[in-house]
Amino acid sequence: MNNSVRSTARIAGAGLRALLVLTVICGVIYPLVVTGIAQVAFHDKANGSEIKVDGKSVGSEQLGQTYVLDKKDKDGNPLPDPKFFQPRPSAAGPNTENTQYQLLVSGASNLAADSKVLLETVKQRRADVAEFNGVSPSSVPVDALTASASGIDPDISPEYARLQADRVAKANSLPADKVRKLVDDHTDGRQLGFMGEEHVNVLKLNIDLQKLAKQG
Amino acid sequence: MSPVLSGVLQLTALVAALALVYRPLGDYMARVYSSEKHLRAEKLIYRTIGADPDAEMRWPAYLRGILAFSAASLLFLYLLQRIQGVLPKSLSLGFHAISPDQAFNTAASFVANTNWQSYSGEQAMGHAVQTLGLAVQNFVSAAVGMAVAVALVRGFARSRTGDLGNFWADLVRGTVRILIPISVIGAIVLVACGAIQNFAGIHEIGQLTGGGQQVNGGAVASQEVIKELGTNGGGYFNANSAHPFENPSAFTNLFEMFLILVIPFALTRTFGKLVGNVKQGYAILATMGVIWLTFTALMMWTEYAHHGPALQAAGGAMEGKETRFGVGASAIFATTTTLTSTGAVDSFHSSFTGLGGGITLLSMMLGEIAPGGVGSGLYGMLVMAIIAVFIAGLMVGRTPEYLGKKIGTREIKLAACYILITPTLVLGFTALSMALATPPHSILNTAGNSVDGSGAHGFSEVLYAFTSGANNNGSAMAGLNANTQWYNTTIGLAMLLGRFLPMVFVLALAGSLAEQKPVPETAGTLRTEKPLFAGLLVGAILIITGLTYFPALALGPMAEGLS
Repeated sequence: MNNSVRSTARIAGAGLRALLVLTVICGVIYPLVVTGIAQVAFHDKANGSEIKVDGKSVGSEQLGQTYVLDKKDKDGNPLPDPKFFQPRPSAAGPNTENTQYQLLVSGASNLAADSKVLLETVKQRRADVAEFNGVSPSSVPVDALTASASGIDPDISPEYARLQADRVAKANSLPADKVRKLVDDHTDGRQLGFMGEEHVNVLKLNIDLQKLAKQG
Repeated sequence: MSPVLSGVLQLTALVAALALVYRPLGDYMARVYSSEKHLRAEKLIYRTIGADPDAEMRWPAYLRGILAFSAASLLFLYLLQRIQGVLPKSLSLGFHAISPDQAFNTAASFVANTNWQSYSGEQAMGHAVQTLGLAVQNFVSAAVGMAVAVALVRGFARSRTGDLGNFWADLVRGTVRILIPISVIGAIVLVACGAIQNFAGIHEIGQLTGGGQQVNGGAVASQEVIKELGTNGGGYFNANSAHPFENPSAFTNLFEMFLILVIPFALTRTFGKLVGNVKQGYAILATMGVIWLTFTALMMWTEYAHHGPALQAAGGAMEGKETRFGVGASAIFATTTTLTSTGAVDSFHSSFTGLGGGITLLSMMLGEIAPGGVGSGLYGMLVMAIIAVFIAGLMVGRTPEYLGKKIGTREIKLAACYILITPTLVLGFTALSMALATPPHSILNTAGNSVDGSGAHGFSEVLYAFTSGANNNGSAMAGLNANTQWYNTTIGLAMLLGRFLPMVFVLALAGSLAEQKPVPETAGTLRTEKPLFAGLLVGAILIITGLTYFPALALGPMAEGLS
C-alpha cells in the first residue's frame, strides 16, 4: 500500500515538473522569442497595422469600422454616412463581460440558412441598400446583404464598392468617374491570381476618398 | 477567373504543398522518435522532470505518465483562470476570474486537445491565461497525441516485448524537435502577413469619422500557429480564424490549412518508416486523402449551390463568411478543420447550408481520422484498420492479421471498446440535453424561428456541440449558448472522457501487439498495402459511422437540407 502511494506521488510529481518546465519553454521563451523577432522585423504589422493620417490614428488596415452619422433611425441604429463607402453588415455585439472596457468584439450572427430572422433581415437589407444608393434591389451583391464571420470584415467586394460609387460621388460633390477610378485603383485582385476573392479595403478607400474630396 | 475555379486551384495548391513536405517531414519525425541521442537542452529537461528518458515503459506505465501529466495540466489551467482576477493588470488586462464551471470546461477543453470555447477570447482571457496557459496546452496536448500514436506504432513494430518506449522522451521530443521549430517559422510568416504579436494592453485606435475602437493586443501569431499545427483550434479572439488579426489574408488562410493538415498526413509516412514498410503508410494516407478530398468537394458544391431560403434570398452563402476568403476557401477550411479534430473556423458553420452543416457534423463523427488530429488521427485510423482486417477475415474465414500481428479476441475487444466510446458520449449527452427542461433554452435557431417550423437546425446545434466535444474537435455551431452550467459541465466531461478513455484502449492494444511474435506472411495474407484494402477501409469507416449516427443525422441536418 505504502509503495503504491509512494509511486503515485512520484509520478504525479514528475507530471507536475514536466508541465512547469514545458510551460517555461512553450509559454515564456517561445512567445518572447517570436515577439522579439516580430517587433524588430515587422514592427507595424505586429502592432496591428495602424494607419495614420496627418499624424492622427484613423484605424487599423486589418479591422473594419463604421462610417455613420450622429442621427439614428427609428430602431435606434445610427444611420450610414452617405459621404463614405459603407462596409458589410456586422453581427458582432458589444462586450458583455469586463464592461469597464468598450472592446471591439468579433463574431457572427450564427443564424441558419432556414432562419426566418435571417430571411427577413436579408430582404430588409436589400431594400435598404438599394434605396440608400438609388439602385435597383436586384443589383445589390451578396456581401452587402450578409453579415461577415468576424463582424469586422475590413473588405467589401468590388461590385459593392462600384455600386456605392455614384452615391458617394454625389454626396461629396465629386465627378462620378473620379470616384469609380478610385474604386478600381483600390481593388485588390486574388493573391497570386487565384487565392481568395477580389476585394476592396474600405478604410484605405475612404481615406483616399477623403483626400480627393478635400482637393475638391 | 470564376470563384469555383479559384476554389479548385486553392485546393490543388494545398495538396501540392502537402505532397512536397510529406516525405521529408514524415522521415524526420520517424528519426525524432527512434533516435537514441538526446539534445543537451532535452537532458536538462529530463533532469528537471526527474525521469530517465531511456527507461522503457510497458503500457500501464506509459498511461500513468500521460494521466499524471494531463492531471497536472488540468489543475494548473483551472487555477490560472480562477486567479485571473488577482493577477497584475499587465498579465490579466484587468479581466476578472473565470467562473468555476467555465474554468473547468476550458481547462478540460485545452488539455483534451479539443479547444471548445464557451468564452469569447477578447473579453475574457488576459495575457497570462492565453499565453502561459492555453497556448502551452496547444503544444503539449498535441505532443501527447503524437506520443500515443508512436506508442501504438511501436506495438506493431516490436515483438516479444511489452515495451512501448518512454513517455517523457516522446512528449519532450515531440514538443522540442517538431512542434516548436515549425511554430517559430510559421508565426513569423503570419506576422509578416499582418497577424499581430505584442504584449500591449487594451488600447484605443482611432476611427476615420472620429472616436475610436478599443482593441486587445496579444501574442496572437505565436498562438495561432500552434493552434493550427497542433490541431487544437481555440481562437485568441471570438471570431477565431475569421478575425483579421489571426488570419489576415487569403494566403494566410491557405497557410493555416496547410499547418492543420501537415502533421496528421505526414505521420502516415512516419508510421510506414517505423514499421519498416512505407507502402503500409501510403495505404493509410490514401484512405485519409480520399475521404478528405471527397468531403471537401461535396462541401464546395453545396456551399456554391447555396440552398436554404435565406441564402437563396441573398444570392450566395456569404452569411458568416469573410470577403477576402470567399465561399470556396471557407468550404475547404470547414472540412479541413472538422476532419482533423482542429475546430478552428474561418467562417461560421451555423450559417452554412443545411447539407454543409451536415458534412461538418459527419466529418467529426467519422472519429477524427481523415486525417484526424496530430497523433490521434493516426491511432484512430489504425484502430479502424484493425476493424477492417477483422471484417475481411470474417469474409474469408481466416484469423485476421495486420502488419504481421494476429488480431485476436483481445485486440478486437479493445478496438471495439475504442470505437464505442465517442458515440455513447455524443448520443447519450445529446439525448439528455433534449429531454431535460432547461438545456434546450440555449438553442438560437429554434423551431419558431425557422422558415418551415421544424427546428431541425436547433437539434443540429446540440448534436454538433457534443459531437465536437467528444471527438475533441472544438468547433461550434455557435447558435447554441453553451456558457451554462449544464453545457460547461457535460461538454467538459465529454471532452475528457472522449480524449483519455480511447487512449487507455489504444495503449492496451499497443502493449498486447508488442508482446506477440510476428506471423510470417503467406499467400493467404491480406495485402494491407494495396488499394483494395484502402477501399475496404474507407467502406468500413463509412458504414460504422453511418450505422451509428444515421438516426441522429436524419433528425438534424438531413431534415434541414432536404426540406
